[in-house]
Amino acid sequence: MVIKKTAGERIFDCINTIFLVMLAIACLYPLLYVLFASFSQPIELMKHRGLLLRPLGFTIDGYKLVFKNPSITTGYLNTLFYVTAGTAINLFMTSLGAYVLSRKNVLWKNTIAFMITITMLFSGGLIPFYLLVKSLGMVNTRWALIIPGAISTYNLFVMRTSFASIPDSLEESAKIDGANDFIILFRIILPLSKAVLAVMTLFYAVGHWNAWFNAMIFLRKRELFPLQLILREILIANDMQSMSNLEGLVDISVQANADIVYFARLLVQYCTIIVATLPILFLYPFVQKYFVKGVMIGSLKG
Amino acid sequence: MTRAQIKTDIIRNKYIYIMALPVVAYYIIFHYMPMYGAIIAFKEFNPALGIIRSPWVGLKHFKDFFEGVYFWRLIRNTLLISIYSLVWGFPAPIILALLLNEVKNNYFKRTVQTISYLPHFISLVVVCGIIKDFTSTDGVINDIIEFLGGERTNFLMIPEWFRPIYVGSGIWQEVGWGSIIYLAAITNIDPQLYEAATIDGASRWKQTWHITLPGIVPTIVILLILRLGGLMSVGFEKIILLYNSATMETADVISSYVYRRGLLDFDYSFSAAVGLFNSVINLILITSANKFSRKISETSLW
Repeated sequence: MVIKKTAGERIFDCINTIFLVMLAIACLYPLLYVLFASFSQPIELMKHRGLLLRPLGFTIDGYKLVFKNPSITTGYLNTLFYVTAGTAINLFMTSLGAYVLSRKNVLWKNTIAFMITITMLFSGGLIPFYLLVKSLGMVNTRWALIIPGAISTYNLFVMRTSFASIPDSLEESAKIDGANDFIILFRIILPLSKAVLAVMTLFYAVGHWNAWFNAMIFLRKRELFPLQLILREILIANDMQSMSNLEGLVDISVQANADIVYFARLLVQYCTIIVATLPILFLYPFVQKYFVKGVMIGSLKG
Repeated sequence: MTRAQIKTDIIRNKYIYIMALPVVAYYIIFHYMPMYGAIIAFKEFNPALGIIRSPWVGLKHFKDFFEGVYFWRLIRNTLLISIYSLVWGFPAPIILALLLNEVKNNYFKRTVQTISYLPHFISLVVVCGIIKDFTSTDGVINDIIEFLGGERTNFLMIPEWFRPIYVGSGIWQEVGWGSIIYLAAITNIDPQLYEAATIDGASRWKQTWHITLPGIVPTIVILLILRLGGLMSVGFEKIILLYNSATMETADVISSYVYRRGLLDFDYSFSAAVGLFNSVINLILITSANKFSRKISETSLW
């Protein structure tokens, strides 16, 4: 049965489409601008006014400078470590918790669940948390970025909901065959929960990739800094200490011009943004269906 | 259960209790210890003496805070940023979900969705870096304003612009992501309702108003409770990335004040008191929002 659209409906569809296209552009354009600007010649960038629709001139000098910078390369490596080790610990701890909470006949299970739920409603606050991590001797160690956030309670409950939907009969027959809980979790439950595991991995990994605050308050040694903290220096604090050398980019001796140095710095900032966001932009199209799935699992009341 | 029964159960199912151990330990150490540590709010904390031996001062820090010059400014800023975020930011993803739901071309719909989720995954440091660059005196926004005949302004230095920038960029980052949960709720609506409505001659607008919207009301209510519960908690991360001495007047919120007084000025006890005050208010807000909702709509978090 084909229903003819009324004129009003057609006008609505048209406006709706235009609106959504504009929204998509608004979401994407800031990043495109940064991308175009990062390949532009600083001199052209200085002369230019308004929106960019393509790079002005073409240079990869900004990127060369970024990759020559030891702070950024160590930051990158540190972040890779925090993402890998942190996510591994997150997944291990969250699976254990979710498994315990999803099984029947566990003593004090409700007490444990209650104790965990309370932490979503009330917290001791930033200062006691800081003092605790300090008193555990984690300041200036990599542990400070990995252990204190080992479990996200929200993710724990999402995972429990998913585990609870696996039929008990599987577990019971495994038990009869003599399997213990570790075997049941790692050989039966987790292999059946690939979708939720993928979602959790992505949530945790993006969280680690983007985290900067704990690093800022707990780390003093620059060689431990994650990329985002270096980025904060370059983008927000405008601290170019880690970017002191712009000579490769503009010939400062010839054109002792404050403006051009300013735009050379801008270029470096744009390149840093792209370098730090690229892994997410690159992975994003492949994994975004899992993100959506994660929100859907979480939205089911469990 | 008798003590003997408990003992047999623990021995027989020892693995599950071994699994529960690190999870419970994690919550006790990283969530309950800071709650205990919050008692420094009633003490004059001295790092050399530790929490227990530091002297009690009763409600001194709370009194200092309530009578301090910044109290009302912090309350006002926190509330206003929350309320503006709620008023503008809460309906946005609902409207987006309803509009996306009207799109019949699946390919177009998926493309818009994919692009609109993207900003959610960009790190806060990068987002704030882009905001800083775009709103600066010679940034792209000012280029456009000048082109349209306006004056150049350095937006981030003007107190009146802080809230619009904060709220607007927040919507930009989260509107797409926020719409997922509503789209999921829309998918769960029984298609027979639409068929029946079509047969009865209900227009698309009527179907949206009488079927789709009521279908997602429970989701809206749940998310609204969460938002109302968080009315007094504005995270400090974005604030401290964006504010500066010129915009303190409108930008400084409770959490950023706690961060500054505690971790930059080392006023541990005072800022722990401010943080504890904030946590208690949040707890009261979320429980009352939940109670209220249960009374009027039978939808609640717990």
